[in-house]
Amino acid sequence: MVIAWIIVGVVVVVALLIIGLYNALVRLKNQVDNSWAQIDVQLKRRNDLIPNLIETVKGYAKHEKGVLTDVTKARTKMLQAGSIEEKANASNMLSNTLKSLFAVSEAYPDLKANQNFLQLQEELTGTENKISYSRQNYNDMVMRFNTKIELFPNNVFAGMLNFTKRDSFVTPEKEKEVPKVKF
Amino acid sequence: MAEKLVHFDEIRNNNLKSFLLFFMFLLLIAALGVGLGLYIGDIIVGMIITVIIGIIYSVIAWYSGANMIMALSHAKPADRKKYPFLVNTVEGLAIAAGLPAPKIYIINDTALNAFATGRDPDHSAIAVTTGLLDKMNREELEGVIGHEMSHIRNYDIRAMMLAAVMVGIVILISDFMLRSFLWGGGKRSSNREGGSGQIILIVIALVLAILAQLIGEMIKLTISRKREYAADAGSAVLTRNPRSLASALKKIAADPDPLVDTANKATAHLFISTPFRKKKGIMVSLFATHPPIEDRIKRLEAM
Repeated sequence: MVIAWIIVGVVVVVALLIIGLYNALVRLKNQVDNSWAQIDVQLKRRNDLIPNLIETVKGYAKHEKGVLTDVTKARTKMLQAGSIEEKANASNMLSNTLKSLFAVSEAYPDLKANQNFLQLQEELTGTENKISYSRQNYNDMVMRFNTKIELFPNNVFAGMLNFTKRDSFVTPEKEKEVPKVKF
Repeated sequence: MAEKLVHFDEIRNNNLKSFLLFFMFLLLIAALGVGLGLYIGDIIVGMIITVIIGIIYSVIAWYSGANMIMALSHAKPADRKKYPFLVNTVEGLAIAAGLPAPKIYIINDTALNAFATGRDPDHSAIAVTTGLLDKMNREELEGVIGHEMSHIRNYDIRAMMLAAVMVGIVILISDFMLRSFLWGGGKRSSNREGGSGQIILIVIALVLAILAQLIGEMIKLTISRKREYAADAGSAVLTRNPRSLASALKKIAADPDPLVDTANKATAHLFISTPFRKKKGIMVSLFATHPPIEDRIKRLEAM
């Protein structure tokens, strides 16, 4: 008779653990989704800032058509990108064209003195940084989620509960090393 | 242990400290209640009055603690148009930390310093001095903001905010009592007949002694080297660049005048670097709220 109770006890404990695991995974998965949405917010913001930038630069640097068209083309690609990989590639390309645009702008003192241009430059730099930070946060959340479902005994149940590993947002540039923290 | 994204044990530690601070505040209320009660001749009424005032103050302090501290420090909200890089940096690092963006304030002071406050990560605020903004380059400012963001994420701000407002009120009350004791006490004792006048003086003296002890203990609770090291480490993880904060701390250490005019004993622990002059020996040891800067720089450069 005692054995029956022990079995019941074990079943209850296991059930509770599984419930706990499920809830923890739901929370982590939502954090991953949320941080992904944040990347999209910043990508969109960058897209929205660009038309104004192009108009401003056109006014001072008409001859730099090549660079301006590059930015426009890259922006279109960004708007069309669908999967994570497509977005990552399009985003990097757009970053590079913007870098070229700002480099070229150095040769036009009137443009550099234009308040609107300076504000846009600051906002775009800020947005690029935020894209970077949101990607970093997304990757951190993905790491937490993936780690949790890979550890034993979670991995046994994670598949049953329909949780699968997520992809990180990989950059083709050299990955910055996470510093080793020691107390 | 390497890249801990959220320091759960730090958070637990901080919430324990917050609870202890509040408990000490309750002891203070009780002591003051007894003192007031003896003065007006009815201990129970005295305690009821102080408990009610204590509760009102606690509620105000909990919900407006950050605003109180900003007002105390003469901090003004930062204009996005005037400080676009600062605002973008704070917002960016908040994204990296997975937190809502804190409110941003500016303190007009040549000293290089900054602090974070608030009751939890959803209700937080960061203040920087104009001196800091002038002297730091973009990377260094990111390091400093990363440090403050880590304080927010670790719930350091809750413990530190409660410490500031609790210590502040205790110091205020003890100053007030000391002043009325010095100016009024003498007169009272000569007018009243020996017995009751004497007792009241003794009680007041006792309460002041308790207050002084309480202040000492509460300030000790505000100090935490581990917290500062954790925030430094957190900054390195957020920015992925420990050199940025190391470089910033070097500049801060070289600052000839670290005194933030509006800092005081109650708010000193909030700042990234001790806001008192290095020369005053007593100040440095008694109120050594932060670990030595050279040590912090060494640890960051070793990461």
